[in-house]
Amino acid sequence: MEATKQTLIEREQRKRFWTPARKEAILGWLFLLPEIIGMLIFNVFALGFSLYLSFSSWDLLSGMSGIKFTGLDNYIRMFQNDPTIIVALKNNFIYTILTVPIPIAISLVLAVIIHKKVYFKDYFKVTFFIPYISSIIAIAAVWSALFHPSLGPINQFLMNIGIENPPRWLVDPNMSLASVAIISSWAGLGYTIIIFLAGLTNISEELYEAAEIDGANGLQKFFRITIPMLRPTIFFLLITMLIGSFKVFDIISFLTEGGPHNSSTVLVYRIYEEGFVNYNMGYASSISWLLFAIIGILTALTWKLNKDE
Amino acid sequence: MQLVRNNFGKVITTIIMGMFSLVFLVPLVWMLSAAFKFEKDVMRFPIQWIPESINVVYNFKAVWMGRVPFYLFYGNSIKVAVITTLITIVISSMAAYSLTKLKFRGRNIVFLALLSFMIIPDQATLIPRFIVIRWLGLYDTHIALILMSMFSIYFTFLLRQFMMSISDDYLEAARIDGASQGRIFLSIMIPLCKPVLATVAIIKFIWTWNDYQNPLIFLMDKLNYTIPLGMTFFRDDYSNNYAIMMMAALSGIIPLVILFIVLQKQVIDGIALGGVKG
Repeated sequence: MEATKQTLIEREQRKRFWTPARKEAILGWLFLLPEIIGMLIFNVFALGFSLYLSFSSWDLLSGMSGIKFTGLDNYIRMFQNDPTIIVALKNNFIYTILTVPIPIAISLVLAVIIHKKVYFKDYFKVTFFIPYISSIIAIAAVWSALFHPSLGPINQFLMNIGIENPPRWLVDPNMSLASVAIISSWAGLGYTIIIFLAGLTNISEELYEAAEIDGANGLQKFFRITIPMLRPTIFFLLITMLIGSFKVFDIISFLTEGGPHNSSTVLVYRIYEEGFVNYNMGYASSISWLLFAIIGILTALTWKLNKDE
Repeated sequence: MQLVRNNFGKVITTIIMGMFSLVFLVPLVWMLSAAFKFEKDVMRFPIQWIPESINVVYNFKAVWMGRVPFYLFYGNSIKVAVITTLITIVISSMAAYSLTKLKFRGRNIVFLALLSFMIIPDQATLIPRFIVIRWLGLYDTHIALILMSMFSIYFTFLLRQFMMSISDDYLEAARIDGASQGRIFLSIMIPLCKPVLATVAIIKFIWTWNDYQNPLIFLMDKLNYTIPLGMTFFRDDYSNNYAIMMMAALSGIIPLVILFIVLQKQVIDGIALGGVKG
């Protein structure tokens, strides 16, 4: 009696279109719809279209009909006839070396000090973080004055302490990239400190107490406990900063425009130059794919390294 | 005795770190003092940290009431950052709710697709996005900027992470009481997420406010410029007047520094949230 009633209700529900499960599914898709539309246009379509353009030659001003399929021409040009791409790649690698390991090491030390060895912890957090939340462009404007080759306070100071020919910083082909790296490392330091502090609060105090009982000194505790326990944090920072450093654009575009003599040009700046200054949409797309490939490989490599260990 | 020694060490470390933090902030202090000076005093050495003669009114007027007045950039930046933040919150919280609390076929596929699209660098799709914006006739509009940054898989994932930690029991109770899914989302989920929504909103606001690349590519008319792009105007037209340039930089930085000092806990937590979850 009870069982037949149950099946009757079930049949009744199946006949009806708006079952609770179906309602939930439709609502689920509706809630995801805006995100999916955005993803389809700006990721799926955009990626496909730029892949197609990367095998074409297209001056934006000639309209859609001006797209000409040119096969591998762009890629051949990139590696054989365009020395600026090699320069940009080299600069990207130098910039990464300057802005990833060094700031990570400095901010790790600062974070450990701020975490337990000072009063007014919040003051230090706020102070080091202020450049990070400030517009990097406004920061760059300030540093462009500080780095002024003849009148700037930095060089006046250096000359004052007896250095006769201080570097000409942003206008010196040998120093422009390093100068940009100094500015962005300074501006980004607060971020790495905050991430390290979050990691440090997760390390159990007992580990340090046990080590102290065993007679470990400060340095031993740092290398035997702090660093191993912070491994996931260090890995996270390494991968995000590595990828971030390959995307550097803002500060270079604002301060040096890749110069002088391409000494500070990077891949994204080349994309910008080709696409939005010269309107070579095809060639700019090829460089975009080179960038995408490099970032993809770097991400895969770092993940693999982390898993293997 | 041990305690006294530890405290003493802590005091010394605090003093050394305090001095180091002041050195760290020297560029910003220099900017602040230069913004108050006559141009002829800006590059004088040794540096006058507290200017002897003050020209702040002139500098302020040049920046705020000059040929392209700074308040226009402010208006544009506030408009773009506020609207983008609000839309991102709506889109991302709805998507996150769907990905965590609604059960339907295909959900995991969408999740994995979103996850894999996260590694696509914005710069790799810059060209097609520019073309799409031109097709839509939105070049040189603020809508273009909003469209560029309102979809954020990153924020969807931050919110998803948080919503997963909310027990289904809350929602189940409401469902038994006969509340619809839309109602459960609005009157139960959203209030429960308030702290994390606030954090996410502040971070999104700061990022959009500071964005330089999108305005550079999608805007042309100076009247549409946002603050970071407006800085290029001072770089080009006042390249020999550092006092005015520093006043412009100060004007661009100050609202965010105030916002940050007032809401420091949310901002720092928000940054750390992204970092820890990785």
